[in-house]
Amino acid sequence: MSELATNARVVRALGMRSIRQTFRRPQLMAPIVVFPTLLLAIQTGGAGGAVNLPGFPPVQSFLQFMLAGAMMQSLMLAGNSGGIALAVDIEMGFTDRLFSAPIPRYTIVLGRLAGTAALGLFASLWFLAIGLIFGAEIHSGVAGALIAIALVTATAMAVGGIGAAIALRTGSASVVQGLFPLVLVVLFLSSAFFPNDLMIQPAKAIAEYNPLSFVVEGIRGPIITGVDATELGEAVLAIAGIVVLGLVLSVRALRHRLRVG
Amino acid sequence: MESVAALPQWRANLATIAALMARAKNELLRVPGAAIPGVLAPTIFFLGLNGVFGALTQLKGFTTGTYESYIVPVSMLQGAGFTGAAAGVNLARDIEQGWVDRLLVSPAPRWVLLAGTVLAASARALIPATFVFIIALFLGAGWPGIDGLLVTYAMVAAMAAVAACWGSGLALRFKSQSAAPLMQSGMMALVLMTTAYAPLALLQPWMRSVAEVNPVTNVIDAARQGFVGGVSWAETWPGIVALIGLLAVLGAWALREMRRTAV
Repeated sequence: MSELATNARVVRALGMRSIRQTFRRPQLMAPIVVFPTLLLAIQTGGAGGAVNLPGFPPVQSFLQFMLAGAMMQSLMLAGNSGGIALAVDIEMGFTDRLFSAPIPRYTIVLGRLAGTAALGLFASLWFLAIGLIFGAEIHSGVAGALIAIALVTATAMAVGGIGAAIALRTGSASVVQGLFPLVLVVLFLSSAFFPNDLMIQPAKAIAEYNPLSFVVEGIRGPIITGVDATELGEAVLAIAGIVVLGLVLSVRALRHRLRVG
Repeated sequence: MESVAALPQWRANLATIAALMARAKNELLRVPGAAIPGVLAPTIFFLGLNGVFGALTQLKGFTTGTYESYIVPVSMLQGAGFTGAAAGVNLARDIEQGWVDRLLVSPAPRWVLLAGTVLAASARALIPATFVFIIALFLGAGWPGIDGLLVTYAMVAAMAAVAACWGSGLALRFKSQSAAPLMQSGMMALVLMTTAYAPLALLQPWMRSVAEVNPVTNVIDAARQGFVGGVSWAETWPGIVALIGLLAVLGAWALREMRRTAV
């Protein structure tokens, strides 16, 4: 078997372990599915009248508008949960055992990220299903849905890279868990839950430059209006930026972890 | 110092409750970082909801001028919900670590053990509530008046007790911190599936139906009245009745779980 195929098997095995771990622990699963679903229901039911505000983009319903925000919240928390799980592995000594195994170190991080990406894929399917069940239309049809799924999956992997880097750097599950409020801050300061033009300052100004806003608009576009090449390009660029950041931080953190043990 | 065993029963019970509350206070003083998420979460929700949904006040039928005033009591009650749920998580941790077993073999009645946890949560909920309130005042929320503030704080303390009963019941039922998401999401749904975001008339039909039967809607309306208008008995008593009802039901359930918990 070639080295590449062997490494792919390692990544697959670690990715599967990561997914099973998440589905078996309610503490890890709840932030990815339960909380975003609950918040989607609450915000749709509580602030649904917002579609009547002057300046609100034309949408079929507030649920249709909110789907991208719910997916975004879910994938961000999937990245955070992935980081927590990796930190728990470090605390329990499992990562040390992997470090001593005859496998490239990058496969350890990549395995975790593959698991996070799979959870992102699950989240996108979950929320698209919820949207369809409760009457939201996907404006661009199957092609639009596939674009949204691809963007959510890629962003989950990108965000997971940052979570993994923090876990490797600190080796502490409680520190990574402490980032949970920060995830909410970053989300609220983006256009995940409301159109940027209707937000209140200073949230509006910050959301305008928040990379997550570009990603959200890229996911939302195919759902509410149609695929826009510019929006899609900006989303891909924003995801690439997060990937690079996660990659640089992960490599540095991995070196640090190998040095300190 | 007089030993607890030598005290009359009612004084011994009070001393035990005070000791359990002091333990919770010590936990807070010795690990202040542990209180940060409980304070941060409602504050972030307050700032986030205000920044994101602030434009809702432009909707026809929204009678409040500033969204800060409208949403601040919700965030204060949300903080109470988080604090109460955290009390449940801490109880689950104590069960996992065997501390509750030691309490259960003590001669203290079960209700006393539960009261210590619940009252500690009530007192602790005033910290995030005060933090959110101060931030809201800085951002332009209206001053609710002393009577309005007292009503809000009373609602916050009682709501934390309700949440602590819910969290404790679940902790005693599942005996594991894995039940934490259920504790938190249950309280989140109870507090937010109300007139939290907008007045009843502006809610989506299904949410309006839920809010109409959700007793916490009365609690929120009572806690909010000072911020959006004047305080009246007519707005206050439904909140008090709702809290008494919730405390009776969830308290009885938590106590039942406590009594069923064998050493």
